[in-house]
Amino acid sequence: MKGELALSDSHSSALAHHFTDLEQQHDANMLGMWTFLVTEVMFFSGMFLLYIIYRGFYPHDFAEASHHLDIYLSATNTVVLLCSSLTMALAVRSVQLGQRKAAVTFLFLTLVLGLTFLGIKGLEYYHKYEDHLIPGSGFMYEGEANPNHAQLFFILYFVMTGFHGLHMIIGAGVVIYFMVRVWQNAYPPENYVPVEMLGLYWHFVDIVWVFLFPLLYLIGRHIT
Amino acid sequence: MIGSQSIEKGSPRQKGLVTSHEHYLNVNYSIKSWLLTTDHKRIALLYLISISIFFVLGGIYAMLIRLELVTPQADVLTGDMYNKVFTMHGFIMVFFFLIPAVPATMGNFLLPLMIGAKDLAFPRLNLASWYVYSVGGIFTILVLALGGVDTGWTFYAPYSTTYSNSYVILAGLGAFFSGFSSIFTGINFIVTIHKMRAPGLTWFRLPLFVWAHYATSLIMILGTPVVAIAILLIAIERLFRIGIFDPNLGGDPLLYQHLFWFYSHPAVYIMILPSMGIISELITCFARKRIFGYNFIAMSSLAIAVIGFFVWGHHMFVSGQSVYAGMIFSILSYLVAIPSAIKVFNWTATLFKGQISYDTPMLYALGFIGLFTIGGLTGLYLSALAIDVHVTDTYFVVAHFHYIMVGGTLMAYLGGLHFWWPKITGRLYPEWWGRLSALFIFAGFNLTFFPQFIVGYMGMPRRYHVYPAEFQVLNVMSTAGASVLAVGYILPLIYFIYSLRYGPVAGPNPWGAAGLEWTTASPPPTHNFEEIPIVTTEAYNYNDMDSQPPQQVTDTGLDALGAGAPASK
Repeated sequence: MKGELALSDSHSSALAHHFTDLEQQHDANMLGMWTFLVTEVMFFSGMFLLYIIYRGFYPHDFAEASHHLDIYLSATNTVVLLCSSLTMALAVRSVQLGQRKAAVTFLFLTLVLGLTFLGIKGLEYYHKYEDHLIPGSGFMYEGEANPNHAQLFFILYFVMTGFHGLHMIIGAGVVIYFMVRVWQNAYPPENYVPVEMLGLYWHFVDIVWVFLFPLLYLIGRHIT
Repeated sequence: MIGSQSIEKGSPRQKGLVTSHEHYLNVNYSIKSWLLTTDHKRIALLYLISISIFFVLGGIYAMLIRLELVTPQADVLTGDMYNKVFTMHGFIMVFFFLIPAVPATMGNFLLPLMIGAKDLAFPRLNLASWYVYSVGGIFTILVLALGGVDTGWTFYAPYSTTYSNSYVILAGLGAFFSGFSSIFTGINFIVTIHKMRAPGLTWFRLPLFVWAHYATSLIMILGTPVVAIAILLIAIERLFRIGIFDPNLGGDPLLYQHLFWFYSHPAVYIMILPSMGIISELITCFARKRIFGYNFIAMSSLAIAVIGFFVWGHHMFVSGQSVYAGMIFSILSYLVAIPSAIKVFNWTATLFKGQISYDTPMLYALGFIGLFTIGGLTGLYLSALAIDVHVTDTYFVVAHFHYIMVGGTLMAYLGGLHFWWPKITGRLYPEWWGRLSALFIFAGFNLTFFPQFIVGYMGMPRRYHVYPAEFQVLNVMSTAGASVLAVGYILPLIYFIYSLRYGPVAGPNPWGAAGLEWTTASPPPTHNFEEIPIVTTEAYNYNDMDSQPPQQVTDTGLDALGAGAPASK
């Protein structure tokens, strides 16, 4: 079986010249993407560290400030993003099965859900702007918390969700690129791995949100 | 097969004047073939040129520092200018020279060759890393042209965020982009080493150069993103005037220092580990002996990478961090010295009863061992809280890290460049000029930096353009040494370029060295090997090799299949 595979993938246009076979290429690609995601984890970890320390200093103020965030929009966003991970996984599966139209459809749905997320986020930001909660000279906090510490909370909110959103925008762009390429049949079943790599990236961005949501939005909240 | 072409008597090839085989340099001369190359060897050369330019720039700033410090009073530079000069010196040298120096040039060039691969795992990512580095470089040149940055290469808040009137954000972006090039390189190396080794090349048959670069790559991918976010946060605070680290809001400037040093300490191991990898290659070749303690050296590289992430607080002993934290960082800093010491012991044991020859690379390697040891030991003095309180932010610290970075990293870089020059260019550099330069560098280096230990211990602070008159003699010695050092650096620049045209043509293995890179032509063809080698021996098998007829070793390179080796393997 391996011999047959070797015979066909020496002619496979998907095989890059510096790899000996497609299996090596796929292994290398996957390891490369996982390694890159490790760097992304480290990138976000700096911000999470800041969050942990400052929330440790000012727990009450952070909780109070957090209640100014919109729980309904953000919960909706969480569902939207989780669904987008589902459609992305389905897209990868479709590529593996050679179902080109389904793959493009699922990628398109992923894109739509991703853009929905970004739109809702933009709406949230706009509400914060209206409420004078954008950090900087225009910041005016009305509430029980110390306004300085509340400003620290909002700095972290904007920086963390901002970098997350930036990664979503990049991801959305790459999804568009892949929609075109999948349609052009650049990823037949024997070369599905690039789409799998995109899937990994998308799931990573989703997981970051899964951490951001409770840490930023759910401090000291109770179901009443 | 290399060496099997018949060579006409009297031909230029026979006279050793030109190479006649197609290789990665002469396969295409167009600019596009260079700027759009995916060949790791060409990318290594692109990096070599960029890095050399930045080394010269950083060196000019160093000369300005030493020029000012000849006299106790300010005469060449104002205080503000001096701040910019030492900042630019450190910033350029760290981010644009020391971090990429060995990995981006020799790592890029040699890794695929050493493991019997045709290229790195991600050739286009490799090219992207050079472009990203260049973007960072352009930002840096912009900062230079616009008037510089004066925060120190450490960018401490609140000076960098609030009070400095210099180009902090631009400089930060320069470092940010160069960091990305580091990350791309690290990803490439890790995947390549895991997935692209030739048949038979198990982990414990790898050259130690490869182990060193693997450990370095781990640090690159884990540490660099943290300094990326640290720099971005400084830029955001400065740009939008939001006080992330501002005590007025309840923020903590020390958090910046933690984020910064969490990378910047492991960064020094990024700078030294690849150099240590070079030393293992040089010592074995020029003692004609297998390495002593291969497993220990390999594992110690990983140990340095891991433990190195837990010691960053030794840069912050007097910053106001808790004394208990200081004690923990102190003991961990002692621990991290142990794997480095293990390497020095093993190299020394390798030299013992070896057949030593004093070619230029060996001179650099021997110099490295001595100077790195001094630098490392003085690092232990600094790890002791009681001593550090007195010598922190003095020239003692400056001398310590220059012994390691210049006496260590830079000397190994030059040693490696000389060693692999024939492989990279197909030419031999002039040996006596090489030895002379090495001696200039060794003498100049010690004259420059040893007085700094003394003057720092006596209390002269760093980053000051003026100092008490009693420190002048030592400062003058230091500046004199810097001039000698400069000569030592300029000479190779000249004779290396000279050798490109007038140097004798090199065969595949002029040193008779072990390693897969020496079994292919000099310079190698674009695809590296005519046939993928199969490895059956341990690394540094000099004992076996030296039972071969010397001619076979140097002309054709030791056949990696072990053909011609004694039957009793």
